[in-house]
Amino acid sequence: MIRLDAVGLHYVQGAGPGPEVLRDLTFVIPEGGFRWLLGPSGAGKSSLLRLLHLAVLPTSGRLSLLDVDVGATGRHNLALLRRRIGMVFQDFRLLPHLTAFDNVALPLRLAGQPEAQVRAHVTEMLHWVQLGRKLEARPAQLSGGEQQRVAVARAVVGRPHILLADEPTGNLDEVQSERLMLLFKEMNRLGTTVIVATHNEALVQRHPGQSLRLEHGRLVDHD
Amino acid sequence: MTRARDDLGLGRALGERMLPLVVAAMSFLAALALAGSVGAAALAQRWQEGAASVLTVQVPHPATPAGDQPGQTRVERVLAILRGTPGIAGARPLSEAELAELLRPWLGSGAGRLALPLPAVVEVHLSGAGPDIAALGPRLEAAAPGATPESHGVWVRRLSALARSLEACAWVALALVAGIAAAMIAIATRSGLAVRRDAIEIVHGLGATDGIIAGRFAARATRMTASGASLGALAALPVLLVLADLAAPFAAVGAQPANPGLWFTALPLPLWIALAGLPLVAALIGWGTTQVTVRRWLRQLP
Ligand SMILES: Nc1ncnc2c1ncn2[C@@H]1O[C@H](COP(=O)(O)OP(=O)(O)OP(=O)(O)O)[C@@H](O)[C@H]1O
Ligand SMILES: [Mg+2]
Repeated sequence: MIRLDAVGLHYVQGAGPGPEVLRDLTFVIPEGGFRWLLGPSGAGKSSLLRLLHLAVLPTSGRLSLLDVDVGATGRHNLALLRRRIGMVFQDFRLLPHLTAFDNVALPLRLAGQPEAQVRAHVTEMLHWVQLGRKLEARPAQLSGGEQQRVAVARAVVGRPHILLADEPTGNLDEVQSERLMLLFKEMNRLGTTVIVATHNEALVQRHPGQSLRLEHGRLVDHD
Repeated sequence: MTRARDDLGLGRALGERMLPLVVAAMSFLAALALAGSVGAAALAQRWQEGAASVLTVQVPHPATPAGDQPGQTRVERVLAILRGTPGIAGARPLSEAELAELLRPWLGSGAGRLALPLPAVVEVHLSGAGPDIAALGPRLEAAAPGATPESHGVWVRRLSALARSLEACAWVALALVAGIAAAMIAIATRSGLAVRRDAIEIVHGLGATDGIIAGRFAARATRMTASGASLGALAALPVLLVLADLAAPFAAVGAQPANPGLWFTALPLPLWIALAGLPLVAALIGWGTTQVTVRRWLRQLP
């Protein structure tokens, strides 16, 4: 369950607080829910996902994720909470010095899984995103779409309770995009709460679902 | 899985490569300071022990009959009193030859042939806490006017104060070296953190705890400082052996002379222990400093 109560966010700029990029957000997404996150560029979609990924904390209001009140818990618990949240970044954020395999293995190794299990899961995941022959490639040797698929594989390999995806189809063709949506829907069916931010109206048309619509950092439509 | 453990890319082209060399130089200095401290402490102790166990008594006009017991000469009487005093292990009058040797710097080698009325000099060896000098003085004075027990205390006290100050200086130098090393490690760590900011943010976002991230940095710093310090201590060893060789004549006064054939005994045992401990202490400083630096830096991430 994701619960926001009058949540606001402004980034720090220089010494003082910058402009408020999220304002007075109040909504609930039940466990196993699916939401499109829509809105024009600069509306605050990535900022909201960053907030839900605990990369930034609310500057006002209350945020609670997976029954944890984020404002009232310690650093260590926040780290453990992050392990249960998968995130596909708009700019991928792969580690450039690691191979595709090691990038995807990272969340499992951080969680202390045995190496044999890591090997099996990572190999399977990378085959699923059709990168079975690029296990040893470094991000710089991969195309934009391939990097995006590595990022997706890394986000879902740990079977997260919450999956956040920021423009996950931005660099993919139609066929790949559809495949990805299939994966997300399957994970959602198995109980993962999924939030996908996108500008891709055609994709949303093909896969109708509930949406959160942001404009200037405010929630304007919410069904 | 050494490659996989290096999530943060710590093993890659770094300015921190300098760190082991800097630590080696620091540990070289630390080894010298340790040697100074151990050496000064040993000298101070030996001087003090030597001084505590010897007293001299000068007896003017030794052949004159004693004041309190005319049947004996003054020197005989003084010896009798000294030998009967608790806290005195033995008393022995110096022979004329020994006296001449003692006075040679002032009187030249002809001292023995001079018809000067030389006082007798009695060397007294003390035991335990020594005699009650305040009570001893008047008794000697009564037997032989002008006979005064003279402890070497003042000079030895000054010498050992000097040695103790040298020792303190060595400790201050050691503390400074440790402090500078910690500061260098903190600076290197901070620059390492800044260079890897993106990687750290990503790993942090995947749920790495502060402990995991700090642990990676600290493990690497521990290896680097331990190897650097070992290098520095090894480099200092020949220097210390030469110094020990030069210092041997002073240190050996009153003590068993070191066996010159055994290089191992050339350095005192505490110094060997300290040298072996140097890499351990350096590793501890490296580990601790890095842990604190990284954990503090991570506070800027939520
Ligand atoms: N790190 C930051 N520091 C300061 N301001 C930021 C930062 N990141 C984003 N912003 C500002 O926050 C606002 C929302 O940005 P955000 O990236 O959330 O938009 P978005 O909806 O994801 O846009 P897009 O669809 O183009 O990805 C923008 O005005 C942006 O300038
Ligand atoms: Mg965005």
